[in-house]
Amino acid sequence: MTWSSILIQLLNGLAGAASLFLVSAGLSLIFGVTRIVNFAHGSLYMLGLYGAYTLIETFGRTPLGFWSGVALAALLVGLAGALIEVAILRRIYRAPELFQLLATFAVVLVIKDIALFAWGPEDLVGPRAPGLRTPVEIFDKRIPLYDLVLIGIGPLVLGILWLLLTRTRWGTLVRAATQDREMVAALGVDQARLFTSVFFAGSVLAGLGGALQIPREPANLELDLSVIADAFVVTVVGGLGSIPGAFLAAIMIGVAKAFCIGIGTVQWFGVEIAFSKLTLVVEFLIMGLVLIIRPYGLLGRPPAQQRHSGEPAPPLVPPGWKVAAVWLVPLLLLPAAGDRYLVVLATDIACFALFAASLHLIMGPAGMVSFGHAAYFGIGAYAAGLLFKRAGLPMEAALALAPLAAGFAALIYGWFCVRLSGVYLAMLTLAFAQISWSIAFQWDSFTGGSNGIVGVWPAAWLASKTAYFYLALAVAAGGIALLWRVLFSPFGATLRAGRDSPLRLEAIGVELRRYQWAAFVLVGALAGAAGALFAFSKGSLSPSVISIALSTDALIMVLLGGVDTLTGPLAGAALFTWLRDEVARRTEFWRAVMGLVILAIVLIFPQGLVGGVKALVARWRRARA
Amino acid sequence: MLAVRGLHAHYGQAHILADVELEVGEGEVVALLGRNGAGKSTTLKTVSGLLPASAGEVHFLDRRIERLPPHRIARLGLGYVPEDRRIFTDLTVMENLEVGRQPGRAGAPSWDEAKLFALFPNLAAMRDRPGGRMSGGEQQMLTIARTLMGNPRCLLLDEPSEGLAPLIVEQMAAAISTLKREGLSVLLCEQNLHFARSVADRAYIIESGRMRFSGTMAALAADPALREQYLSV
Repeated sequence: MTWSSILIQLLNGLAGAASLFLVSAGLSLIFGVTRIVNFAHGSLYMLGLYGAYTLIETFGRTPLGFWSGVALAALLVGLAGALIEVAILRRIYRAPELFQLLATFAVVLVIKDIALFAWGPEDLVGPRAPGLRTPVEIFDKRIPLYDLVLIGIGPLVLGILWLLLTRTRWGTLVRAATQDREMVAALGVDQARLFTSVFFAGSVLAGLGGALQIPREPANLELDLSVIADAFVVTVVGGLGSIPGAFLAAIMIGVAKAFCIGIGTVQWFGVEIAFSKLTLVVEFLIMGLVLIIRPYGLLGRPPAQQRHSGEPAPPLVPPGWKVAAVWLVPLLLLPAAGDRYLVVLATDIACFALFAASLHLIMGPAGMVSFGHAAYFGIGAYAAGLLFKRAGLPMEAALALAPLAAGFAALIYGWFCVRLSGVYLAMLTLAFAQISWSIAFQWDSFTGGSNGIVGVWPAAWLASKTAYFYLALAVAAGGIALLWRVLFSPFGATLRAGRDSPLRLEAIGVELRRYQWAAFVLVGALAGAAGALFAFSKGSLSPSVISIALSTDALIMVLLGGVDTLTGPLAGAALFTWLRDEVARRTEFWRAVMGLVILAIVLIFPQGLVGGVKALVARWRRARA
Repeated sequence: MLAVRGLHAHYGQAHILADVELEVGEGEVVALLGRNGAGKSTTLKTVSGLLPASAGEVHFLDRRIERLPPHRIARLGLGYVPEDRRIFTDLTVMENLEVGRQPGRAGAPSWDEAKLFALFPNLAAMRDRPGGRMSGGEQQMLTIARTLMGNPRCLLLDEPSEGLAPLIVEQMAAAISTLKREGLSVLLCEQNLHFARSVADRAYIIESGRMRFSGTMAALAADPALREQYLSV
């Protein structure tokens, strides 16, 4: 590379960093004050991009039309964010934090379908910035003038935010609330209004980040989750709640990505390395490195001990045989009904129930929320597919070995993850899932790339849907029984104690991390078993089995059913799988329907379905007594 | 001014306050005494709306306030000063005061930075110091000053003398006497009987979430058995 091309890549990276910084700053601001990890933040960015497209088409492709379109799109997205806060989140601030996360997942689903309905499934290529189209020559290389403007916008917004936060009463209140929002309320500040204003400001930043990308990136429906993953990485690398940190991190990641594209494929000592393929992974590699060296990000500090008003998790009740029989007997008799569709659906549910139960152990009793649990499901599925197709193992052997592969991945990923806690841990799990996904997606020659692997069929004796259903049921029931057995063993008690008071546990001489690490491996292996089971039931697999979307599906299942109960995740998996199947057969907009159903449940049963039903039963009993 | 009637409060299943009754008259300084864990702080938290009351009534200026959110209660002129100070450590002294600022109200002494620095001279010298880099005594002064910025009519003060050097405790007592002269009503939680005696007119004693005594400071002083039973450690 010559010096001039290095400079060009640097400028390219800095231009890309601007939007990344805007969206991450908004996420950071919202998290700081409301403690909500807003998964819908990427969706707001996407809306900004689509909104700018439409508004610029309406106003005309003139400089005035372009910039007023961008500004209006950002403002409208800000209003949308404020509406989400007022209509949904405000009602559940007293619910457990994870439930607020579930609500934002639902918003993601709804916004995706709103965009699909309003703008259609095709990518929309926006106009180049009018008046800024002429490229500038720098050292005989050309760079669009618009990119240089973007490079200036990043620091400009950083400066404006800094002034707002340090020189205005609103900023003082925001910073105070970031530390202790209850005390701010006790001093007479209306929290609800403060939260709405913060949601508005954060959403404007997301919308602006999206709108400014319109000349550089086509508007498409995949942006919501890919942007939220990027924003998580930037926020975590920079340090949660630190806006200058987000700025630094956005630049680091933007520049690293630009260089990966710029370097392209090179030969090093006879080995061909395709740097351009690393773009998807590089930010996650940076994040992994930064978190190992500075667990709270570049400019972050250890999170202040939060005063949470939520009640502690209730003790778990061990399941009885009677309860298990009530569930198992009808399931065993299910194929007798003779409905082939029902058997296939029940097989799916069995796979996802095991998947959800494994996620439940790690996020509920062990207190380590994973945003990337699909990593283990997917690695299990891929291991099964690869062992079967590439290694030529019999199906039974592939199915039996797949959990070991997933467990091995969890052994490596978990070693890093247990060093962190809370939101940082969750985001690191997402990063690992995304790395796994990128490998599966890009390693065409081995994993089949985006096509995945086909022809992954079960052995002859399991070929019938009914036989396979019994296999799935047996594996799922066995796996779930194992998980529950572990939960009520001394090992499980240690995990639960570690969730409630890690310091006290350390003080009595327990090295909590080892237990958490072991739990990671166990749930990874069982999620892998679920993935392998799923792959053979479908006969094929694609990178979607490791996608962020599947990770969030699993979170929805657990949270929908209720994280404080054992059977909740199973009920959640069944309900979610069945509902998605039913709705998807009837309408193209099944995501919106699912999202609205989830929102309804969140608002009516803030403890999850099973938790809510239990509370109802308890109230009914009290009323009778 | 402030009247609490039959107040109950719970932490989860635990019954912390049972049938608490108390009153603070206009311009009065009333001490709520009791040992650690007796329910003093819980009483103040429940009155200020931070903890929901499970039963009972709280009247402030002839209004029922037990169902109002904390910020509404503060805006009515009932200021809360927490025991653990809860200073915004990243914010400077001036910024901490800014968070507490509320419009002035009739019938309450009105405060601004200059007046508060006169009340707590130590703070005047450290306007731009972050709250996290102040001593315990300075933080205690700041937390009171911050609540006074809301121009309250009645102050709920939770153990202002706790963990402070004797000299600072004296300053604190002087400051509370000034507040009383300004016409502020004060409900003061204390374990330090000596401190309470120097500022309060009347006293209540709470033990295991129940009121055990109500009377003048003089009556309490004249009854060593009472002090032995509920206050000595």
